[in-house]
Amino acid sequence: MKKIFPDAKAALDGLVFDGMTVMSGGFGLCGIAENLIIALRDTGVTDLTVVSNNAGIDDFGLGFLLQTCQIKKMISSYVGENKEFERQYLAGELELEFNPQGTLAERCRAGGAGIPGFYTKTGVGTVIAEGKEHKEFNGETYILETGLVADLSIVKAWKGDEQGNLVYRKTARNFNPVMASAGKATVAEVEEIVPLGSLNPDCIHTPGIYVQRIIEAKHEKRIEQRTVRERQSA
Amino acid sequence: MAWDRNQMAARAARELKDGFYVNLGIGIPTLVANHIDESIDVTLQSENGMLGMGPFPYDDEVDADLINAGKQTITELRRTSYFSSAESFAMIRGGHIDLSVLGAMEVSEKGDLANWMIPGKMVKGMGGAMDLVAGVKRVVVVMDHASKSGAPKLLHECSLPLTGRAVVDLVITNLGVFEIETGKGMTLVELASGVCVDDVKGLTQADFDVAVSS
Repeated sequence: MKKIFPDAKAALDGLVFDGMTVMSGGFGLCGIAENLIIALRDTGVTDLTVVSNNAGIDDFGLGFLLQTCQIKKMISSYVGENKEFERQYLAGELELEFNPQGTLAERCRAGGAGIPGFYTKTGVGTVIAEGKEHKEFNGETYILETGLVADLSIVKAWKGDEQGNLVYRKTARNFNPVMASAGKATVAEVEEIVPLGSLNPDCIHTPGIYVQRIIEAKHEKRIEQRTVRERQSA
Repeated sequence: MAWDRNQMAARAARELKDGFYVNLGIGIPTLVANHIDESIDVTLQSENGMLGMGPFPYDDEVDADLINAGKQTITELRRTSYFSSAESFAMIRGGHIDLSVLGAMEVSEKGDLANWMIPGKMVKGMGGAMDLVAGVKRVVVVMDHASKSGAPKLLHECSLPLTGRAVVDLVITNLGVFEIETGKGMTLVELASGVCVDDVKGLTQADFDVAVSS
């Protein structure tokens, strides 16, 4: 089965439908599937539930899907960088489920690993715990959180091969590996598709079994907070 | 007289011990990195997926694939490792991080922390804060003692939605330092330069004991 597709539009063909759940990798704008997000917007699909740690910014990343009101619900841990998001949410146009970041990551990991639920201390005694099963282990209270799976996961990696093996670069890894594993279909966009055998098998982050389609694409890699230090003059 | 942001960060840095793995939150906690004693070896964790966080890059070193949890560009060190967000929070939840320094909007005398939400006003989210306070061995809060209008932020009970219950071990404000012990409550253990106990009492709602060594 051929996994390499010519572009983002072709890679999403036949995979999208209204009301679907989409996982979108990345942390802030770092390691997001820039091209697949735009291609997803251009399919015109609506009523999306999007699982993503953040919601992009107003004019980049998932902000594109918010501008066009294609998202019905977001499951995220932090959305503070997107004013359009805040406006839609306060106006009641958008549903929002906040998950603590580690709980969100583990829900994706668990979903991909076939684990329907797990207990965690995170959120005990807060609004996050309301309505959830509580259980004691060794005298400590934990709450039950559920695994998450998506109809489609869109992820971004540095390099990949025709088998769908992926390698991420630096902190652009973030949510991408767990989301790749939790998609019923996973599409990866990479900066470079390399010949089979050129990735070190000991250093592959996402084994190709999790990836159904892969494209090579150009990335703008916008920076949210450019912080630098001055060189001391000699 | 009281401590400024850098003095608060410097005081927080004294809580870091040799060999510690430490997570620093956004705002004043980020400044703690500038005050770490050079004689100790500390590894900073960034919860988006990095151990061994280096300083901000020089202008020609900026790398969009290398950011901290505040989305700021940073650098790596020779000790650096990268991992997924799930692995990162396994470290945090699993109790492998020794200390976390966080900001706060409110702290109660029992050590409850509120730092993620103002209902009807602010929609941002908790990010990793709930996981950090639930999993990290020791939680240090750095914050202004009172709001700009003089309203206390150290309270009997938090009025804002909680980040965690009975999770704060130490609070450093511009006026002084408080220890919080489960079942014992809050104790003022240090005063900022030029601050007296009555100054602190006037701006604090929470009950606290005083054990300031002179």
